[in-house]
Amino acid sequence: MQKIGVFVCWCGSNIAATVDVARVVAAAKGIPGVAFAADYKYMCSEQGQQLIADSVRQYGLNRIVVCSCSPRMHEKTFRACAERCGVNPYQVEIANIREQCAWILKDKEQATRKAIALMKAAVAKVQLDTPLQPGESTVVKRALVIGGGIAGIETALDIADAGYKVDIVEKEPSIGGKMAQLDKTFPTLDCSACILTPKMVDAAQHPNIRIFTYSEVEEVRGFVGQFEVDIRKKARSVKADICSGCGICTTKCPSRKADSEFDAGLRKRGAIYIPFAQAIPKVPVIDRAHCLKFQTGKCGVCSLVCPNKAIDYTQQDEIVTEQYGAIVLATGFDLLDLKHFGDLGWGRSKDIITSLQLERLTNAGGPTEGHLVCPSTGRQPKKVVIVSCVGSRDTSGRGKTYCSKICCMYNAKHAMYIREKYPDTDVTVFYIDVRTPGKGFDEFQRRAVEEYGVHYIRGLVGKVDVHKDGTLHLTASDLNSGRQLEMEPDLIVLAAAVTASPDARKIAGLVTASIDNDGFYVEAHPKLRPVESPTAGIFLSGMCQGPKDIPETVSQAGAAAVKAIGLLSKDKLLTNPCTARCNEAVCSGCQSCVKVCPYGAIEAVEKTVITLEGKKEQRSVAVVNEALCQGCGACTVACPSGAMDLKGFSNQEIMAEVDALCW
Amino acid sequence: MLVNEDGKTAAPETKSFEPKIVAFCCNWCSYAGADGAGTARKHYPANVKIIKVPCSGRVNPLFVLRAFQKGADGVILCGCHPGDCHYMTGNYYTRRRLTLLMSMLDYLGVAKDRLRVAWVSASEGARFAEVMNDFTAHIASLGENVKLRDMRCRK
Amino acid sequence: MQKIEELMRVKAAALLQDGTADCVLAWRKGEFPYDHATAVFHTNEELQELTYDCFCPANLAKYLIQTSRAGKKAAVFLKPCDTYGVNQLLKDHRIRRDLVHAIGTPCGGMLDIRKIRAAGCRGILAIEDRGDDVVVTCAGGTVTLHKADVLLRKCLACKGNDYKIADEEIGTKQAVPQAPADRFAEVEAIEAMTPEARFAFWQQELSRCIRCNTCRDVCPACSCEQCIFDHPGSGADGKAYADASQEAMFHVIRAFHVAGRCTGCGECGRVCPEGIRLDLLNGKFAKDINTYFGPYQPGEDAETAAPQFTFRPGDPDPDTVTQNDDRRDDHA
Repeated sequence: MQKIGVFVCWCGSNIAATVDVARVVAAAKGIPGVAFAADYKYMCSEQGQQLIADSVRQYGLNRIVVCSCSPRMHEKTFRACAERCGVNPYQVEIANIREQCAWILKDKEQATRKAIALMKAAVAKVQLDTPLQPGESTVVKRALVIGGGIAGIETALDIADAGYKVDIVEKEPSIGGKMAQLDKTFPTLDCSACILTPKMVDAAQHPNIRIFTYSEVEEVRGFVGQFEVDIRKKARSVKADICSGCGICTTKCPSRKADSEFDAGLRKRGAIYIPFAQAIPKVPVIDRAHCLKFQTGKCGVCSLVCPNKAIDYTQQDEIVTEQYGAIVLATGFDLLDLKHFGDLGWGRSKDIITSLQLERLTNAGGPTEGHLVCPSTGRQPKKVVIVSCVGSRDTSGRGKTYCSKICCMYNAKHAMYIREKYPDTDVTVFYIDVRTPGKGFDEFQRRAVEEYGVHYIRGLVGKVDVHKDGTLHLTASDLNSGRQLEMEPDLIVLAAAVTASPDARKIAGLVTASIDNDGFYVEAHPKLRPVESPTAGIFLSGMCQGPKDIPETVSQAGAAAVKAIGLLSKDKLLTNPCTARCNEAVCSGCQSCVKVCPYGAIEAVEKTVITLEGKKEQRSVAVVNEALCQGCGACTVACPSGAMDLKGFSNQEIMAEVDALCW
Repeated sequence: MLVNEDGKTAAPETKSFEPKIVAFCCNWCSYAGADGAGTARKHYPANVKIIKVPCSGRVNPLFVLRAFQKGADGVILCGCHPGDCHYMTGNYYTRRRLTLLMSMLDYLGVAKDRLRVAWVSASEGARFAEVMNDFTAHIASLGENVKLRDMRCRK
Repeated sequence: MQKIEELMRVKAAALLQDGTADCVLAWRKGEFPYDHATAVFHTNEELQELTYDCFCPANLAKYLIQTSRAGKKAAVFLKPCDTYGVNQLLKDHRIRRDLVHAIGTPCGGMLDIRKIRAAGCRGILAIEDRGDDVVVTCAGGTVTLHKADVLLRKCLACKGNDYKIADEEIGTKQAVPQAPADRFAEVEAIEAMTPEARFAFWQQELSRCIRCNTCRDVCPACSCEQCIFDHPGSGADGKAYADASQEAMFHVIRAFHVAGRCTGCGECGRVCPEGIRLDLLNGKFAKDINTYFGPYQPGEDAETAAPQFTFRPGDPDPDTVTQNDDRRDDHA
């Protein structure tokens, strides 16, 4: 006999202020099958769970409905509680009366009536819930990190140090990412390469880490604990195993048309190139689109000069298939394409650059060996203007609505750095607000103003004109004084908005991770599960989840590693028991389910079945592999006979909810 | 048995019409979107009652018709944006199924716009509320569902 | 038609004789010249009853489910339109190709006895198909009718005389004496009605249903072992409930389940004792599939992926498919 307990949570005043919990309890008591109903201030607390346990014992409850916050929040908590007191965890239903009642409604009567309706639907469903037992699946003790920037490197090192194998897949020819391009880092002004390069070397030398550079993830199959990934190793056209990294080929290459990605387009590179001096691996790659040998068939200089005969024009892409227990996404960020910012002069003068280009201009390893010059003239600029929020906090549609978070700090860094090195150069920063929370951050920005004499002007740059002689004319408004300003800077630096990597969306599709409208990965919970994707076994590291500075990226990378390690340390995982189930007596063997299953979890098998009339019959029926089934239910709708059903979300259960809500 | 038109005239003027709306929401995107609407305290009407399904591809047209017959005035199906399905392809099938179902409802002469499909991602809490406000207002303007409840074989 | 009938008997006998077939699916003479039945033949004696003329509209394809299940090799006579049904059953894995011997059988169009009666023929003794004309011998004398005027509705939109599956062909191909009508013309006519008229039309049609399930039984696309409406626990089992609204979904859901499977044979509409235009429900889905997902003809072959099990990333959104069309405004 069914004995349902209904437990209504106040969530402090979160629910109780808007929902009359006593009325919900009273309504529950009137439903046949409900043996007990009570409300409590915090049902998820130890005392609340004790109340559930005591009631189960006292009233012999065998099904539980909790009216509380979203099941995405505490379904696990209450299922575990149920299990501890002998109720099958899958005979627990949550009525979401916080997010769906209390928090969206102001009128107490309305909220209470809706809460009662949701409670009734949950009771209707719980009555049909069958006890389910999760299965077990194994865990491959290896992690995949997608992206080899500081986030990916840090995550990989942490996982590897814990004793697990890790592969890093990086699409560029070297690991290092954006951090490798930076000159100094705030707020300490220490050299970016000096702190990154040792990490890169550590990763390359770590016995547990394999690095696939110039490689991309092509296909991801499987599920948490047992992902199977195809990695495309793009043809470098250089045999990595015999190349000594001497770099003669790169100096002799006659093609000089390609922009250096690493130097943000400020320098040309050869068709065969090593992105930067500290690259890992230090193996050149041929950019076939710019290579004379590939484009015209004539050349072959690199092959001639290579002392090790490592050049291989016939090299093909290679697909490597590997198994992983966990996948960490560390796909990083990009800068907003400023093509819609022509009013700020973008694209009209070489002396209007992005902050990342400025990093290269001030970097000793950069195209000017660290001498800050105007790219058009090669002369040191006397007046530099830095424009904040170019495409950040932008509601005009040409940029991003969010704050890019790092620009205020690097603007101060750039300004301070220029003033330090070139005291005769005047630096002005235009800003909307200066946002510098963080340890030592605000002090840093204040030093720029107070010690280095950087001019900070709260205001918007209206437009930039580029005169025929190449000089720049800038019009801005000073919002504090209300004055219009006119300036003729030699160099304008645009702090372009941070955007998600364009590859993030593709990879999200491959691993079925959630992504927001801006292309950043969505975390499982914004506060409590910030480094996990809602998809089991997928973790988030660094900027791919949202704008972050380096310290934050590194902390998040470590957190993602810990979550991945936690998963890899398990020998077995409990699988979701809410899988598809075929009623063989009813199945016609039409294989409609097979056709829509995204996991290949259904097979037609010739077997003896007992018909509804109790006869034995030999025929082909659908058989579900529960280890592969992820419980999406697509098969249940494809099935015309209703033979295929989904445990935990059966046709009858859902229709019972429908009936209860439409009553 | 009422066989009259489906329009506003069917709703009696005296008592205010409170439409019953069933929203099927996929667990990964739209249900999370609904949570987001709650967390952000975005208001949407109490009329909307959510049924959680693992994927929009789990929603059988049978459920939709059942809801209408049991007295729903509007049914809305929410899933991940096409291309973003947690189960990779579920919502692509849903899209086809619902295209056919809506067209069929229209063909049967019943208000096809009592049924709506909306793609709402986990990060679109505000949009979830907007969609529900808009749909509820639309259903309220249509009045009580008479035809769909009565789309049956009479004997 | 005498000649083809004789050819069929000889062919059937030979196939039984040489072991190609354990049984033969064909038509058997009925009590009247216009009501032949379907039959399974095992012996030469039985084969004497085999008949074939313009009153054999029934599609034998669905009987193959039982013969396949029983592991029996069946020779089956298939009119061109029937071959689509066989392909569909193969695609649905309901029959075994190695147990089917398909014989393409020519068809010049099947006749509608109701139309012949409506033309004034009473006490019908014999009906002779002469190609473009039909000569009806009645108790009161003979009447000559234009065949095109007395064809079954489904033959008016004949899909042509090609066999989509055939191990061999018999006789010579014929053509239906009627320019093929637009298959979706009637669906379009309903679409063009006002919503009120559409609702009234379907109310009038569907309310006549007596749930005899003949439409279901005859349909080569509707071949479930157990119908979702019949088996307990499906959540849709309607018959056990007294609530009439449970039955409401039957025809829409049935049409939905055969969407992408329905070959357009029109048998559902033909066999309905209440004359409900079920073919127009299925036809709507077939038309919509063509419009929204690209041309697709179920039963054309046994391999092409069906539209309900495939997708294109650029498929139209459900909300957009019926927008921007004033006629469709339900509340104007």
